[in-house]
Amino acid sequence: MLIKKSAVELGQLIAAGEVSAVEVTQAHLDRIAVVDDRVHAFLHVGSGSALEQAAAVDARRAAGETLGPLAGVPIAHKDVFSTHDMPTTAASRILQGWRPPFDATVTARLRAAGLVILGKTNMDEFAMGSSTENSAYGPTHNPWDLTRIPGGSSGGSSAAVASYEAPLATGTDTGGSIRQPAAVTGLVGMKPTYGGSSRYGLIAFASSLDTPGPFARNVLDAALLHEAFSGHDVMDSTSIDAPVPSVVAAARQADVAGLRVGVVREFSGDGYQPGVLARFHEATELLESLGAKVVEVSCPAFDYALPAYYLIAPSEASSNLARFDAMRYGLRVGDDGSRSAEEVMALTRAEGFGAEVKRRIILGTYALSSGYYDAYYGKAQQVRTLISRDFDAAFEQVDVLVSPTTPTTAFPIGERADNPMAMYLADLCTIPSNMAGNAAISVPCGLADEDGLPVGLQIMAPVLADDRVYRVGAAVEKALEDRWGGPLLGKAPQL
Amino acid sequence: MSTDTVMAYDEALAKFEPVLGLETHIELGTASKMFCGCATTFGAQPNTQVCPVCLAFPGSLPVANRAAIEGIIKIGLALNCTIVEWCRFARKNYFYPDMPKNYQISQYDEPICINGHLDVEVEGRTYRIEIERVHMEEDTGKSLHVGGATGRIQGADYSLVDYNRAGIPLVEIVTKPVEGTDVLAPEVAKAYATELRELVRALGVSDVRMEEGSMRCDVNVSLMPRGAKEWGTRTETKNVNSLRSVERAVRSEIERQAAILDEGGRIHQETRHFSEATGTTTSGRSKEEAQDYRYFPEPDLVPMAPSREWVEEIRASLPELPAARRSRVQGEWGLSDLELRDVVNAGALDLIEETIAAGADAGSARKWWMNELSRHATVQGVELAELPITVEQVARIQALVVSGDLNDKLARQVFEGVLAGEGTPDEVVAARGLKVVSDDGALSAIIDQVIADNADTADKIRSGKVAAAGALVGAVMKASRGQADAARARELILEKLS
Repeated sequence: MLIKKSAVELGQLIAAGEVSAVEVTQAHLDRIAVVDDRVHAFLHVGSGSALEQAAAVDARRAAGETLGPLAGVPIAHKDVFSTHDMPTTAASRILQGWRPPFDATVTARLRAAGLVILGKTNMDEFAMGSSTENSAYGPTHNPWDLTRIPGGSSGGSSAAVASYEAPLATGTDTGGSIRQPAAVTGLVGMKPTYGGSSRYGLIAFASSLDTPGPFARNVLDAALLHEAFSGHDVMDSTSIDAPVPSVVAAARQADVAGLRVGVVREFSGDGYQPGVLARFHEATELLESLGAKVVEVSCPAFDYALPAYYLIAPSEASSNLARFDAMRYGLRVGDDGSRSAEEVMALTRAEGFGAEVKRRIILGTYALSSGYYDAYYGKAQQVRTLISRDFDAAFEQVDVLVSPTTPTTAFPIGERADNPMAMYLADLCTIPSNMAGNAAISVPCGLADEDGLPVGLQIMAPVLADDRVYRVGAAVEKALEDRWGGPLLGKAPQL
Repeated sequence: MSTDTVMAYDEALAKFEPVLGLETHIELGTASKMFCGCATTFGAQPNTQVCPVCLAFPGSLPVANRAAIEGIIKIGLALNCTIVEWCRFARKNYFYPDMPKNYQISQYDEPICINGHLDVEVEGRTYRIEIERVHMEEDTGKSLHVGGATGRIQGADYSLVDYNRAGIPLVEIVTKPVEGTDVLAPEVAKAYATELRELVRALGVSDVRMEEGSMRCDVNVSLMPRGAKEWGTRTETKNVNSLRSVERAVRSEIERQAAILDEGGRIHQETRHFSEATGTTTSGRSKEEAQDYRYFPEPDLVPMAPSREWVEEIRASLPELPAARRSRVQGEWGLSDLELRDVVNAGALDLIEETIAAGADAGSARKWWMNELSRHATVQGVELAELPITVEQVARIQALVVSGDLNDKLARQVFEGVLAGEGTPDEVVAARGLKVVSDDGALSAIIDQVIADNADTADKIRSGKVAAAGALVGAVMKASRGQADAARARELILEKLS
């Protein structure tokens, strides 16, 4: 079955001429047609353009061109990445029907590498959320249990890959929006070093935190995708002008002998599901058995990461989302000739933004206000510095840090919808790496005993040491798959 | 519209002391915009110089223009500022339809240039204007409000927005409060704006045309009772679009505020608009109900950290600045303070210097530009530099005078011809047949006729009254329609009558 194959395998089969890119693409389009009315991973499926792109890859191959390892492999893009040939809405009403005149750097680079775009995936509106329930176009369902959330904000991407609708997907991680959905759907999800992947063409949520990254069903696939879109981009001033860490080689290396692993003391205890902690402890024991040296490390400032994040991210968002004003693009409400520009702006924003987006705009506007700036935004930036220092100190002692990716497994749709604080806790363990900008990955580490749902292991490494988390992640993956007799996703119910 | 009560200027100054502040925006003349690659040509068709970045399409990101940063560093250095080693851009958040992102990328508490000064001279006295900061930002688009009486947004039927200007690099220069100008406050304000314009023009980083908006002044004025220590509440006057308006705006605000304060009223801290037509200011929005701009460091851009080497390189490349240049040419051309001021005010400094470079002597170059050509410029209502004559042509006409081919009177006819589009100086000379008659044969015949017609005068000269020769020279000139060589004519007359 083509759809069960990894991206690496698909790339090889296409390269060897054993299967065409068109066949691979058609297989995934067929799968989408069968399951997506239940999963709702996609906001837009571009069947025609996907088959055209696939045919173009086949033609290039037939003409004797040597193509990259992922040429002809299908991919789904989170609807936050601009695509010139597909709508790009960030799951918001305010951008309904918006078709950008340009590609994001990530989508452009992947197009150039021959990846075939299946469509655009659902997400929490403007990437604000941890469940994909905040989409203006309805929630996405977790393939492991359709009554549960697939994580968020990149929940459409996680659900698409976990339900075999796509072998690969892109996401963005601002506070955990790749790692958390990957964890709760049994996937590999990676947040690269901030600045390692370009934000150009990515609809901004929080500029200093937003990081594009890959979803895949195994570590090597994720590394290949990571390498394909990463690297310096002159269009993004915050992109790092340094060679991309050799993540593919690291994923192939897959060993941890002699490596020093730190367990973050602050990420355990109250609020952590027992089944999550049990799988996490097994993973640390596994690392030890593979030759790593595991020690406990304390990062006290991590306790303040969540509140500081909920000042910084909304502050930046309140400014980033100001451009949605009905003047140049997107939704326009109330423009009947009787109203002023300000009134039309206000009506449009009232109708175009969802409740969570409005909550964060108000929060951010408040935090930046004169008289409150120092106490809120300013203080949060200081906390951010302390978090970076905790990471620096920890990485003096150990090579990587580990923690559960999320405190709990996937929760039922609707359970936390009216309780923002409970929702925000889903990102407790992932936020510090966004605040410090370092590399972090989530890999599957088993199913929780209570609910039989996937648990993620988070592995964190210093800035620009992205290769290190792939190396450790691949070693864990290999050992666990040996134990399980195949990928964790094989245990998911048939859709 | 209500008319404000005003107090006569002299009375106002007898009772109150003014404190000034000037905030000047200058659009840099870079080829591309501040944060994208769009062109910056003035007057292009609306919305033709735009792209996803300057239209704030979702996902677009700014990239800082290095040429603009070099430009602001030049301005900072020329204003004797410190160029900081590290600073950031900040977002200034407010909603307005002509601002695509609904925030302006600017600088807040970390400007790139700080603590400078600019000396200006008014009525022989030097005033040092302290510069608080010079910071980098981007311009907004332009709104055109259609319908309604005022051309402002209130009462308009609809508005159009042109985003061509959105994102053009803008430098803001903020003075510290200027005290001690006394009755000369309006003149000092104008002198500052004038000197700043000259300085920036000399640096070549902007065309600084106030009428096109590439230089815009906001004028802050407050008054305090004579002898008081504490400054009064200030107003900020915008829409001041010429150097003369800077002076008028200050004067008008002083007269208006004085009347209010004198009656025991209080000044509202507000933005006011200057009207060219009336020469007065009217109330805009009040600062008390003004926006909270929610400044924070711009996360889409990395900090600016101009290396010391780069700053020194820029410093070494600065051209001669206006003050130094003025004192040099004053010495070289032997001008009095007053003559120098006239040349500067006439905008003739460059023209004279270039005419000298083209071969004329300083005195003649200045004479032609300040007299003959200034007169033509006044008649036509244009700037000297806009006259259709080149410095090379002026130098050529002067060369013809020096060689004796033309005299001053003929030269003026050549200027007239060139300005009328009749061709180059040599073509005008040829076409109009303008040539000094110094050929003794032709001249001799004219002189003989003049002597015959003026027998009495001729007799006087014969009897030794040589001074009377002037009258005969005049007659010769008249008879030759100005083409005679006057000096040679005089020699021949004296020869014939000796």
